[in-house]
Amino acid sequence: MFGTRQLPWTILKYALLVLICLVIMGPVLTAVLGSIRTTGEFVSTPFGLPQNGIQWENYLGILENPSFWNSLKNSLIITLGVTILNIMLASMLAFVFSRVSFYGRGLLFNILLIGLLFPLVIAILPIFIQVRQLNLIDSMWGVILPLVAFGLPGSVVILRNFFIAIPSELEDAAYIDGCTPFGFFRYILLPLARPALLAVATLQVIAGWNEYFLPLLILTDPDQWPLPLGIMQFQGQYGTDYARIMAYVTLLIIPAVLFYLVAEKYIVTGLTGGELKG
Amino acid sequence: MSAIRSRILPTSYERARRDRQRHQRNKAALITLFTLPGMVIFFLFVLFPIAQSAYFSLFDWEGYGPPTDYIALGNYTRLFNHSVFRTSVSNSFTIMLLSLVIQLPLSLGLALLVGRGELPGRGVFRAILFIPYIFSEVITAIIWRYVLSPDDGALLNSVLTTFIPGYEPIGWLAERNIVLYALFIVLTWKFFGFHMILYMAGLQGIPKDLEEAARVDGATEAQVLRFVTLPLLGSTIRLTIFLSVVGSFQQFVLAWVLTNEGGPANASQLLATYLYKFGISQQKLGYGSAVAIVLFAIAFGFSVIYQRLFMRHDFATRSVGAGGRTG
Repeated sequence: MFGTRQLPWTILKYALLVLICLVIMGPVLTAVLGSIRTTGEFVSTPFGLPQNGIQWENYLGILENPSFWNSLKNSLIITLGVTILNIMLASMLAFVFSRVSFYGRGLLFNILLIGLLFPLVIAILPIFIQVRQLNLIDSMWGVILPLVAFGLPGSVVILRNFFIAIPSELEDAAYIDGCTPFGFFRYILLPLARPALLAVATLQVIAGWNEYFLPLLILTDPDQWPLPLGIMQFQGQYGTDYARIMAYVTLLIIPAVLFYLVAEKYIVTGLTGGELKG
Repeated sequence: MSAIRSRILPTSYERARRDRQRHQRNKAALITLFTLPGMVIFFLFVLFPIAQSAYFSLFDWEGYGPPTDYIALGNYTRLFNHSVFRTSVSNSFTIMLLSLVIQLPLSLGLALLVGRGELPGRGVFRAILFIPYIFSEVITAIIWRYVLSPDDGALLNSVLTTFIPGYEPIGWLAERNIVLYALFIVLTWKFFGFHMILYMAGLQGIPKDLEEAARVDGATEAQVLRFVTLPLLGSTIRLTIFLSVVGSFQQFVLAWVLTNEGGPANASQLLATYLYKFGISQQKLGYGSAVAIVLFAIAFGFSVIYQRLFMRHDFATRSVGAGGRTG
């Protein structure tokens, strides 16, 4: 595989990559190691193995705290709510935009595409005012619905690209066999589009799980806070107890890494609009 | 024979018409049922709020009751005269420029290293390089606060002390002249993997034969890169530039948590953190609306112009950036 001329180049490549990966992983490893050391160890040498045995009580302190589980529950509600609603609405819109022609369809699709031109953060104050007018402050819907709305354009575009690629002969055959358009959508298109649906779903899971700004504005009751707000509150309470804070950080890193390992293919497909496989 | 046909035809014609009418009605029902919910939510939470804020931005409004104190463009005048706002505009543009000049080339370089060829272990490298993108911004900020802390025991300072003789620990987030660059380092750490993945996708789409042909014709590796690979990567590069610019204007969480609300003394205030600090948290919703409209005008104006000029043939067929936060 490597010619003699290429060998030094390959070694250089590896050395460079390993170095960069160390820089990337350094902060993460520091946090993970910090979570099983004492705060004293962490302060004296930030990076190192535990000298006084593994400090599981850093974790126990969090896991025994009901507010952690409560934040986890809230995060799951927001994440699932956003993902399910987004997938449902986006697949229906994408079906119409790709398969059903009608007057004004192009205009409607272009209006939706405006949403791709600016992100949620830019519209955060307008959203806040609107959520307040709709009396959704302190309601999970006040977080979920704007997230769904801002995720819709991207999801619709991904799904529409996928739906367009499905041959129309399949549709004709289904209709000849007495299938209704809804039946075609439900029983033929959606099952075929599973990879695209999963790609869209993974992106929404990440967006919903990580969202901080919107719940910060909409949810005033700490009992409703999802994990990103929960960890900030925890950090405020425990201040300089670095070991515990690192344990909380690690508890959030682990699911993110696992999710990446399981869903890598779909995340990558989703981000690249289906161009990079696995 | 002809008698039979004349008897059959009208009925089958009528049935066909009935079917067609029913079909039309069903189709209209389907269209309504399928587009209405999504479009209503989109209007309610994306388009309408922006339009409404344009109106609110003309009032001095604390947010209680309907706005009554009409001050025309007063909020905008105040805004542009506020030195902190000017700082945050210039900071956001600095972050944007640094992203374009440093972050994107770095991502492209790594994509060229990892993205092609049969480098063993490239899956592992790719995972490690991409994983910061998956972490929430809050986690990223908390981790990096300890990395960048001014203590001489903090990670960055202690690493630099080890490798650079006579190094004096720096308060990365406490110095007015450094904090923005520290923030940029963290943004790069978090977001370069996203751009790298896009470049990798683009590279995969380039036929190997073209580069091979150039090599056979005697082109050096640098020439292949300059005259074959990069031009073929054009649409991806244009896309990442677009996402990077829009991403620069939407940074909030990282800056807010990392720099303690845009500190020290507003030195690292960005557009979105300014909006939060001087609009929302002070209950000045009219003023905040003006900030939001300026932010929107920058993002929207840039998007429209950029796409008109550079992405006419790229956009809409490429969907990228979907739920993705970029920077």
